[in-house]
Amino acid sequence: MKEALFDLLQNELFVYTLMALVPLLFVIPFALFAVWWERKISAHMQDRLGPMRTGGWHGWAQTIADILKLIQKEDIIPTAADRRLFIIAPYLVFAGSYAAYAAIPFSAAYIGSEINIGLFYVISISSLVVVGLLMAGWASNNKWSLFGALRSAAQIVSYEIPVALSLLAVVMVVGTFDLQAINQAQSGYFWNWFVFQKFPLLFLAGLIYFVASLAEVNRTPFDIPEAESELVGGYHTEYGGMRFAILFLSEYANMFAVSAIAATLFFGGWNSPFGEFLSGPFWGAFWFVSKGMVFIFVQMWLRWTLPRLRVDQLMVVGWKVLIPFSFVLIFGVGIWVLAAGH
Amino acid sequence: MDVTVTDVDAGRRPVTVPGLGRSLRAEEMVINMGPQHPSTHGVLRLELVVDGEIVVDIVPHIGYLHRCFEKHCEHMTNYQQVVPYVDRMDYVAAMSNELGYVIAVEKMLKIRVPDRVEYIRVIMAEFSRIVSHLIAIGTYGMDIGAFTPFLYCMRDREHVLDIIEETCGARLLYNYMWIGGLSHDVKPNFQDKTRAFCTYFKPKIKELNDLLSYNKIFIERTANVGVLPADVAVNYGVSGPVLRGSGLKFDLRKNDPYSIYDRFDFDIPAGKGLKGTVGDCWDRYMVRVCEMEQSVRIIEQAVEQLPAGDVQSALPKRIRPEAGDVYVRTETPKGELGYYVVSDGSATPFRVKVRPPCFVNLAALPAMSRGAMISDVVAILGSIDIVLGEVDR
Repeated sequence: MKEALFDLLQNELFVYTLMALVPLLFVIPFALFAVWWERKISAHMQDRLGPMRTGGWHGWAQTIADILKLIQKEDIIPTAADRRLFIIAPYLVFAGSYAAYAAIPFSAAYIGSEINIGLFYVISISSLVVVGLLMAGWASNNKWSLFGALRSAAQIVSYEIPVALSLLAVVMVVGTFDLQAINQAQSGYFWNWFVFQKFPLLFLAGLIYFVASLAEVNRTPFDIPEAESELVGGYHTEYGGMRFAILFLSEYANMFAVSAIAATLFFGGWNSPFGEFLSGPFWGAFWFVSKGMVFIFVQMWLRWTLPRLRVDQLMVVGWKVLIPFSFVLIFGVGIWVLAAGH
Repeated sequence: MDVTVTDVDAGRRPVTVPGLGRSLRAEEMVINMGPQHPSTHGVLRLELVVDGEIVVDIVPHIGYLHRCFEKHCEHMTNYQQVVPYVDRMDYVAAMSNELGYVIAVEKMLKIRVPDRVEYIRVIMAEFSRIVSHLIAIGTYGMDIGAFTPFLYCMRDREHVLDIIEETCGARLLYNYMWIGGLSHDVKPNFQDKTRAFCTYFKPKIKELNDLLSYNKIFIERTANVGVLPADVAVNYGVSGPVLRGSGLKFDLRKNDPYSIYDRFDFDIPAGKGLKGTVGDCWDRYMVRVCEMEQSVRIIEQAVEQLPAGDVQSALPKRIRPEAGDVYVRTETPKGELGYYVVSDGSATPFRVKVRPPCFVNLAALPAMSRGAMISDVVAILGSIDIVLGEVDR
């Protein structure tokens, strides 16, 4: 028995699979918490209480109950749908957002894969989500879903440009795509964080990144692909039960992924804001997750405050505002770096 | 935005693809918005002909909520039994519906109701206007994607409903206004509660303006969208906030006063095109917000002047109007609600014809939406503020 286990651990494929599942330990509890949290936040912003019963204390078990309900639901695939694509799509969407976790540095001691092009990898792998969304919308064979899918494809593709450009500004300062190196470059006190460096250039880059990332993850005011008051549910109109839960899960996973990138590149990642105080691998993870949570809170805050843009206005914001600004920014940062003699 | 209706008639139109050198046949897509769609405010089906996201044509299909209101009225046992039925037309502003009907029948019977009844009716009708506009504004925000204003509006609406509930026991469908009187007199603390509501509500309008009306995104979504010029509005026969949004100051409470509206001092807000063109969605929205302020003014005056008396002293023993007909039009929150009642001298109405404001206003939707985007259709439909119970009756 012991030897069999030992052999299994010698098996590379098995170990890699096991390692790949580690971020799930974070993603699933996080999604369960974030959904509950969003409900509570929206409720308190709207003079309500939100879930209060399930589980006792402030309805903490509400999302767990919801997941249990969704798992029990009948698996409905519309007759006219393209069965294969319809089934694959949610997993592809989830894969896209989940794969990003491989390169996210949770603390100095834990990162799934410390690759020297970490940032590059995260930006590109999260584009996979778009394929999944397009697939889901097309396979549903529903005109509203198709609209949602086309909108999200247009949106994500256009907003990836300002996202990448604003992140490049940081890369130019550090000189590497390695996320751990970027973290280490911001060690010390919070004024070493990149958001306060080369002021105000990197601060603006952070702002552009945050706005564009809202569009990347379909959050208000850019939740146009899902726009329930226009497109019913957008690409996930026809999804129910566990497939819907997976789409939902990947949305929240994606929310944290973009927040994590914002925290890593602009807010010091796992660095403690107070130098050596409360630093170390455990506290690093604590700071990292807390910073991510702050961004998630801002995302939720915006969602329950702002109306939604129209699809053409969204394109105007993307192409005529964010992209030119990020180009100017890169230019400015480049000159600064050159002048400082790096 | 150059798409014309003739394109629809042709069905297909050739599209030249640059670089390909030949033309492809492209078709517009027909897509159903509703009857189960979150933004059609009930069971309305809009048949959209779209070219990408641009709406080429739009055909509203109604009738999913048809309940034979007019035919039912002819088969009631008496005139009074129609009142609970009119509640169910514009169910978010039931008091306003009742007011028009009871005035019509009283006119046929030549009854003069006591002053106290008139005052309470006006207060209730204005309460109804506030409730209806709160729902219109709240759901409008939701159509544009802002959830929170809706909940705030529902919270404020609750205060009005509490007062009405204390008066007549019902919160939505009241059967409160009887022919010649009221079902219940108001409770002794009614005046205090109403005054308290007015002081509570005025800052809430400002809060709503800060949160939604002057929000940049909200203005972007509604200004210059769905413009209805005044002449087109008149030609379509639209009324209420939709007409006033186009800049015409036409309100039956001023222009053809009924009940005791001539005794109060209030303004008629009209669209001025502050954020865009006169007659756009933002103007129609803003007219509603301003009307709530004016309704509060009317309620404040009416509560101060509320005379004593018996609200049931003028109830007729039997309701048998002389043979003849009457048309009464009143200004409900949605617009001009007209009742054409014909009597053959018996105890039941021979005919009750309703001129519903929502139905007429809805007819202007295609004129406003051609060339707009799908998201705009949602915004335009919301700015008309229809209630399907009244459109279909």
